[in-house]
Amino acid sequence: MAENETKTPSVTRQSLEKLFEPAVRAIEELGTLAQLGFSAFVWQFRRPYRFGVLVQQLEFVGVQSIFLVCLVGLFTGMVFAVQTAYGFRRFGAENLVGGVVALSLSREMAPVLTAIMVAARAGSGMAAQLGNMRATEQIDALETMAVSPVQYLIVPRLIAGTLMVPVLALLFFGVGLGGAYLVGVVMLSLDQGVFMDRVTALLDKRDLVQGLVKAVIFGYAVTLISCRHGYYAKGGAEGVGLATTRAVVWSVVGVFFLDYIITSFMTDMG
Amino acid sequence: MRLAAQRAEVSDWVGYEVGYGVGYEVGTMSESDADGPQIIIEDLVKRFGERTVLDHINIKIDRGETLVVIGGSGAGKSTLVRHLIALERPTSGRILVDGVDMAALGDFELSRVRRRFGMVFQKYALFDSMTVYDNVAFPLREQTKMSEREIKDRVMVKLDELGVAHAAARMPAEISGGMAKRVGIARALVLEPEILIYDEPTSGLDPVTSRTVDELIEEMRERFGVTSVVITHDMASAFDIADRVAMLVRGKIAVEGPPENVMASDHEDVQRFVHSSAIDPARIAQRSARKSPAQVRALRKERLAKQGAPKV
Repeated sequence: MAENETKTPSVTRQSLEKLFEPAVRAIEELGTLAQLGFSAFVWQFRRPYRFGVLVQQLEFVGVQSIFLVCLVGLFTGMVFAVQTAYGFRRFGAENLVGGVVALSLSREMAPVLTAIMVAARAGSGMAAQLGNMRATEQIDALETMAVSPVQYLIVPRLIAGTLMVPVLALLFFGVGLGGAYLVGVVMLSLDQGVFMDRVTALLDKRDLVQGLVKAVIFGYAVTLISCRHGYYAKGGAEGVGLATTRAVVWSVVGVFFLDYIITSFMTDMG
Repeated sequence: MRLAAQRAEVSDWVGYEVGYGVGYEVGTMSESDADGPQIIIEDLVKRFGERTVLDHINIKIDRGETLVVIGGSGAGKSTLVRHLIALERPTSGRILVDGVDMAALGDFELSRVRRRFGMVFQKYALFDSMTVYDNVAFPLREQTKMSEREIKDRVMVKLDELGVAHAAARMPAEISGGMAKRVGIARALVLEPEILIYDEPTSGLDPVTSRTVDELIEEMRERFGVTSVVITHDMASAFDIADRVAMLVRGKIAVEGPPENVMASDHEDVQRFVHSSAIDPARIAQRSARKSPAQVRALRKERLAKQGAPKV
């Protein structure tokens, strides 16, 4: 009967478990993400290819985010132009406003803020939808009908996220630059020719490529993190709510973490 | 041979071979195999953390047999049937379907084996982004080569049989729970699979619809030789449709056998469960001692007068 006795872990063991719990959870989380990502990678090559579902997701992630991305892009460009003009005026370099805004938009602001917008709008929606499907056994129902939920639910979302975030980031860049032009040329009366000349002089093809590479990776990461939290949601309404919150929080954290890694890597390369 | 002919008919209709699991050469299954157990649950144990939900379960289910699993809430019935279709993985033990260990299969192979199953979920599990019609058409679109016209005919027949054809264009959120249950049943039956799992198919349904569902379960067995595993609390239904009944008590099989044997069992939990469900003379006699509404109102007035009405 000794094996049935309740064993109380020692104080040292309990303390060690508590100390390492966050690290263990982080490793588990990364493992779950890697597993889901790998499974989705394998299933995307298997028939049937679900173009209808993919188009729906492209519309959900991309088309439905256009207004939000434009709005945030416009104000980001405008605010950045005002701040840059204010700072650069101190040493008579207002003419650089266009170039500096274009550079920061292309390399950082456009991919990062677009990814955050997509996480907040589409990522939360994905987590809530998948979480609700898990809670109401719709995912189990798919499995019993011999339809892989990973192939049917995750693959189209991952492809849509990976494709649409770079497109939206380009849009963000264009609208943001338009906002900066509006502030710089129309409101602050900077010379239009100089403004555009500084943009073309400072902005390099590599800056745009770096921004696009980031956007592709962020798009994939945000969608994978959002899908993971929804797909493995536990419990009822509370679980779905928790999954949605976690999806957004960890997507944003993931974007900034990846941003540092990619920036370090690409800057060293460049 | 009749079974083989029916399977051939279904295979032709769905566009792939049914009746033979992964790892089997199509057409090599002998008649003796066909008469043996189709599903074997071997020493199945399932634990969630420290809690043991299924405790060394052993059941064999023959081809074409209807096994009804009864038991109180939390006895492990749903967990047991979820193992049959590998929605849960066992802590230990095996589930063999035609000799194939379900837990040992990878995603892709499992997907192929699951084509032989249909499942009616306790809470319907309808896709809320699709209409009732699309929900029932979904398995046909996914698994057959049928044209949209053939799919429409088939879906409408099934919806009509279950009395929900008028709701075909509605979304699941726009129909009642009873209707949603019937749509869930129609979706599971539409492919006429080899093995059907029903998780409380008659709960929440009116008695007339419940009997219709029982008849459908019987019809699936009679016409297509379907193997059925049914979870229910409805004892009338259990004894109508069961070839065998298994009662789960605290994760263990307490009694297993033909319905009449289970009825006659002197196991305490079985007796309590069976007799709580039946309308026996003792319960009818108890009704005569029941207070009338007028008596109940008078008692309430008396109690409120004593303790004073609560302030609102």
